[in-house]
Amino acid sequence: MAIKSIANPKISLNILTEAEVRQIHRATLDVIESVGVRFPSSLALDILEEHGASVDRQRQVARIPGHIVETYLAKAPPVYTLAALDPALDLPLDGHHSYLGTDGCGVEIIDAFTGERRRSTKQDVSNVARLADYLPQIAFHWAPLSAQDCPPQSRGLHELDAIWSVSGKHAQTETIVDARQMHFAIEMAAALVGGRAELRKRPVLSIMQCTASPLGQDGGSIEAGLLAAEAGLPVGYMTMASCATTGPATLAGNLVVGNAEVIAALALMEMHAPGCPVYYAAAQTAADLRTGAYTGGGPADFLFGAATNLLADFYRVPLSMGAYATGAKEPDWQAAVDNSLSAFMAVSTLSDMLLGAGLLHGSRIFSYEQLLLDCEIWDILHATFQGIVVNEETLALEAIRQVGPGGNFLGHKHTLKHMRELWQPSFMDRRPYEVWEQRRDGARDFARQKARTLLNDYHPSPLDPQLKAEFQRIIAEAEKV
Amino acid sequence: MADEILTQLTNAIIEGDPDLAVEMTQKALNAGLEPMDIIQQGLVPGMTVVGERYESGEYFLPNLIISANGMQDAMKLLEPELRARQQAMSVAGKVVIGTVQGDIHEIGKSLVATMLSVNGFQVFDLGVDVPTEQFIAKVKETGANLLGLSALLTTTMVVQREVIEALEQSGLRQQVKIMVGGAPVSRGWANEIGADGYAEDAIGAVLLAKQLVAG
Repeated sequence: MAIKSIANPKISLNILTEAEVRQIHRATLDVIESVGVRFPSSLALDILEEHGASVDRQRQVARIPGHIVETYLAKAPPVYTLAALDPALDLPLDGHHSYLGTDGCGVEIIDAFTGERRRSTKQDVSNVARLADYLPQIAFHWAPLSAQDCPPQSRGLHELDAIWSVSGKHAQTETIVDARQMHFAIEMAAALVGGRAELRKRPVLSIMQCTASPLGQDGGSIEAGLLAAEAGLPVGYMTMASCATTGPATLAGNLVVGNAEVIAALALMEMHAPGCPVYYAAAQTAADLRTGAYTGGGPADFLFGAATNLLADFYRVPLSMGAYATGAKEPDWQAAVDNSLSAFMAVSTLSDMLLGAGLLHGSRIFSYEQLLLDCEIWDILHATFQGIVVNEETLALEAIRQVGPGGNFLGHKHTLKHMRELWQPSFMDRRPYEVWEQRRDGARDFARQKARTLLNDYHPSPLDPQLKAEFQRIIAEAEKV
Repeated sequence: MADEILTQLTNAIIEGDPDLAVEMTQKALNAGLEPMDIIQQGLVPGMTVVGERYESGEYFLPNLIISANGMQDAMKLLEPELRARQQAMSVAGKVVIGTVQGDIHEIGKSLVATMLSVNGFQVFDLGVDVPTEQFIAKVKETGANLLGLSALLTTTMVVQREVIEALEQSGLRQQVKIMVGGAPVSRGWANEIGADGYAEDAIGAVLLAKQLVAG
């Protein structure tokens, strides 16, 4: 199976001018230099201070001169590859591709067979990973759900175990947020590829950490990231600064706050391990003005989705962008609007990685139906972004001449040759009305049926028993307190 | 004159101008008004209008917060005056609140604390990354009848359960009703760990707190 990435799209979007990007950049450096960013980690503060930041130990705030941030960001490699166990599934982050991953990390799942909503387990992680392995639209895994039946100190490792036991695609973990667990995650990844040196060459694992908006980091996430950077694993920091709560109400101001958090963290990684692969990550939104909650959807998200890649491009690092991830409670109209538009906007500026498919209610509840419908959205985008190809063959003059006025193209060999280039739905309902009326079913029902079939029938070849045993040994080690 | 000052104070609360609210409160004290009257006839009517406007959809959460800030700032001037007169506001309940150990997420917890505070609860906000023992000690020290536990990570949710267990062990469980919240927290989780209530947002948390203290 080849991964269905969106490459070299014909459609593009001008969302910010170069001058506006520079304005945001300058404002960001001003914030980092004059206000500072909180790093609740003495290890991080030591590194920042050694490299020229002025550090307030009591407040755990580092103010970093702008030129120092720029110097260290410039050490980041602009292009690298997210490796997969199966090299055919490698993902070059070369600025020419957009890839879709699963979303994470949900806490509840809607069971594909009973429809019941319940807390997620390790088995659920494994089941979702099996489907993600099957689906060509899914290029890489996130831990889609929390393995809540596993102990917190090893939960992220169990999630990786569940994924790697059924899939050869790249894994990006967002749930390993302390250095101790990260140490064991690196051991697992190294075991998978045959050692630390090989892992550096073929990072089958990449690391996603969250910032703590506004203008803060989480100490555990920072120290875990530093450890991963040492091991050569790609590390990204994601801001979820939200307009009106954890960021200013204005979109540009919110970009500045998020940008400050992300580039300060990436600069720290480059101070610690110069040249290490890093990436920008963001899932900014506007808070719901009634409740203050994270919304996941709406015009602010769509604009952030497109604008953020311009910032990442400006810093010459890849982007992992929180697109999809609807706030809807069901795979419904709202979910379709949110996920279609947010993904469209993120792809329109060629964001490298999109997160992600399958979750509802602001990334809390996993739905198999939603996962498959999200993949169909990706298919639609894949076709749309190819644009309209204009050349002698596609202008079809010869066929037009032969058919002439009043004929039709159904039986023409030019049609036979090219018709399969036209997009075909898997779940959209294009049946005659009367056929629909007999059962009144639709996309959700088709998607649910497909999920059930895959869950029953698709069983990828299991992981080598020796490796599985090694994973178990490492996890047991992590569970020794 | 006195009426005019109180009206201006009420409007300062409604319009969300904490500086003006403080200024008017000081002016009212200087004019010889009783602190309890300033509260009952100046601040409370303002917060009532703000609440009504929120309910009707005209006001949003930031309106509630800035008005609450104005009220809290004004109360800082009034509380010493109340104490000097050996008076006290009636308290709807005593709440200890914080984000559990290992978790540094603040905003949701602080929103709930602010909203509880302006709704007549006495709030002891322990901040973030709060050790379990500190929750226990504060409940004991204050005689609180409510405890609010916030967690934003799937890995720190479990600490909510630990705090509840520790309360049971220390014999304080019967004294407090426990409310849990945070993005990954659900009603199912609240039931599973033996919490007394769960709300999805700060407004819901106030309603819940009122229900819980009413028994």
